[in-house]
Amino acid sequence: MKTGAWLTVILFLATVALVFAGTEWPVPAAAAYAGGEHAERSASTPEAAVRDLCDAIRTRSWDKAHDSLLNRAEFSPQDLQRDLVGGYSGLLTYATLDSFDLQPLHAGASDAEIRLTLKWATVVGLTRTTRDVRVVRNGDQWQVDWPIEKRPTLPPQVIPVNYLRWDVIYRGPEDDWGAQDVDAPNVRIVDMHPVQRAEGTVILGELLNDDVVPAYVSVKATLLGKDKTEIATEGSFDKISHVLLPKQVTPFLIQFPNVTLSDVGSVRMTPFSSLIAASADPVIEIQNEHLNPAPDASLTGQLVNQGGQNVSIAHVLGTFYDRSGRVVWVADQYVDHALLPQTPSAFNVHIPEDLAREVASDRTVVASYSFGGLTR
Amino acid sequence: MRRGVVILAGALVLAAAGGARAQHESLTVPGTVTAGNGFSIQSDGSGEANLYIVGPAQVLERKVQLGQAIDFPADSLFNAGHYLAILSPSSGSAAVSRSFDVVAANQPAKLSFLAGPSRLPVGMHDAITGDAYVFDTYRNLIVAPLQVSFELSSPSAAPRSREVTTRDGAAWTAMDSSAKQGTATFIAKAGDISSKRIVSQVSGDPCNLKMSVTPAGGKLEVETDPVRDCDGNAVADGTIVTFTETYNGDETTVDAPLKRGVAKVEMPAVRGATISVASGVSLGNQVRWER
Repeated sequence: MKTGAWLTVILFLATVALVFAGTEWPVPAAAAYAGGEHAERSASTPEAAVRDLCDAIRTRSWDKAHDSLLNRAEFSPQDLQRDLVGGYSGLLTYATLDSFDLQPLHAGASDAEIRLTLKWATVVGLTRTTRDVRVVRNGDQWQVDWPIEKRPTLPPQVIPVNYLRWDVIYRGPEDDWGAQDVDAPNVRIVDMHPVQRAEGTVILGELLNDDVVPAYVSVKATLLGKDKTEIATEGSFDKISHVLLPKQVTPFLIQFPNVTLSDVGSVRMTPFSSLIAASADPVIEIQNEHLNPAPDASLTGQLVNQGGQNVSIAHVLGTFYDRSGRVVWVADQYVDHALLPQTPSAFNVHIPEDLAREVASDRTVVASYSFGGLTR
Repeated sequence: MRRGVVILAGALVLAAAGGARAQHESLTVPGTVTAGNGFSIQSDGSGEANLYIVGPAQVLERKVQLGQAIDFPADSLFNAGHYLAILSPSSGSAAVSRSFDVVAANQPAKLSFLAGPSRLPVGMHDAITGDAYVFDTYRNLIVAPLQVSFELSSPSAAPRSREVTTRDGAAWTAMDSSAKQGTATFIAKAGDISSKRIVSQVSGDPCNLKMSVTPAGGKLEVETDPVRDCDGNAVADGTIVTFTETYNGDETTVDAPLKRGVAKVEMPAVRGATISVASGVSLGNQVRWER
């Protein structure tokens, strides 16, 4: 037999052997992702019990996750699913559990408390949700006593939605040279200044839609050295509300990692705007906004959707000013559950500790997105 | 095509230059020819020759009898520009060349009108601009001075017009937007030809923004008066009005769009709260809720 034929046989047998070994004795992580029976491990410690639960959440095995809980009689698997990823289309609907962290808070012979941080991979990046869970010894096993948060649900109904909407008709291909088109909206940067942070240079500012039509906006900044050479160019990415209604103001933040402000001679700002079909609803009320001082400085409050349409993803952007009214920081948070009409939903925007003392006031805007169409 | 024409013209010109001293034939061309008009070229000498007319985007070739006038009917040459007429005798004598210009007919047939912006606030000085380019039937830019009239008319203001003479084929003007919002018609006219554009004159920033507060159940109903700019124009629906309520160190804000000229929201009823209103960079009144 030729060498090539022997090689083929050897490779085939090796493949069969590896497939058999992987099926019979999978590594725990692979088994967990596959959702197979091998994911189950003996919950002989509080941490193991929480890990088992997280593995079930990762594979969206809600029945299995529910069965593992000590207090499962108090709620259904659907309630657990609604608690973790929401019952209506929201940020976590299409997210996957990327990883989780366990931080023991208390350990006893019969019960323990663990701070569980779930890290979800979402369309806007990594989103964390944190729960303090109690784990109770039940015979030789440990079981999680899940702190269920009942999410509000809306009764079946028809809500009239009556809102303003803009559409755009551009010139057609048959139009001759010199024919008129509709101009892009006028937007204006009303505030801008660079600051030095540990991670690099940051450009902060605010942009106003000065027009009477909605605008899709973004901002680009180019740092120029003292000799006028370009150092770097960056955009605001998602640290901005991209859809602005007439006279609406959005903050923006542009990061330049590893650039030192002392090397910067000047900054060239390029605002961009284009016409966009948009609607004026939903109106989102920001209730009980409160600036919480350090430590754990934050801006907290509740969002209330005053419209009649569910908001799938709400993006809260906080602009923080010092006593002289200068922007000192821009921070944001995506709300991980859908905003239901007239139903408050809490938000918590983190403020860097070193800046918290400078913050004297704030202004908050909410950008929203509904599955099925951009709202604002 | 154009490169071939250039090479052909170059070769013929070189041939003409090389034999210039030996030539007996001559060529008389008109100084200028109006695009699309017929014209005639006079040749001297005897025998047969090939006549080439080479210009921008056009080449003509004729077999001619020397000593006769060569007539070109209307529409033979219609692209304005500098042309070269080259006579190449069949006898082998040196070629002869002459140049002439084809110019646009002085009769406007088409107008390209660039007007801008498509949308602007009322009361802006010299903010509406119009550029007109005048062309003849064959789309040649008419570079001879021509009168172009611009007229801007709004439903609420008397029409304003300007007469401008074109320079190198273009006429330009700038006009103020009117004090009242509405759609203005901007027309450029040259001869019998005109072109129309629409300019939307919209309201300016909100002025004297004012709101009132009334209790509604356990909440406060906050509503602006009809929002107008400083010229009294109703501010466009959809314009964002920001209501801010501060109480006990907390704050509630709502960005509400104007609907039918007013913005209306519900806010928490908190005794001692201060409610303020703003839109863009315009601030409105403040109300302190004491009930």
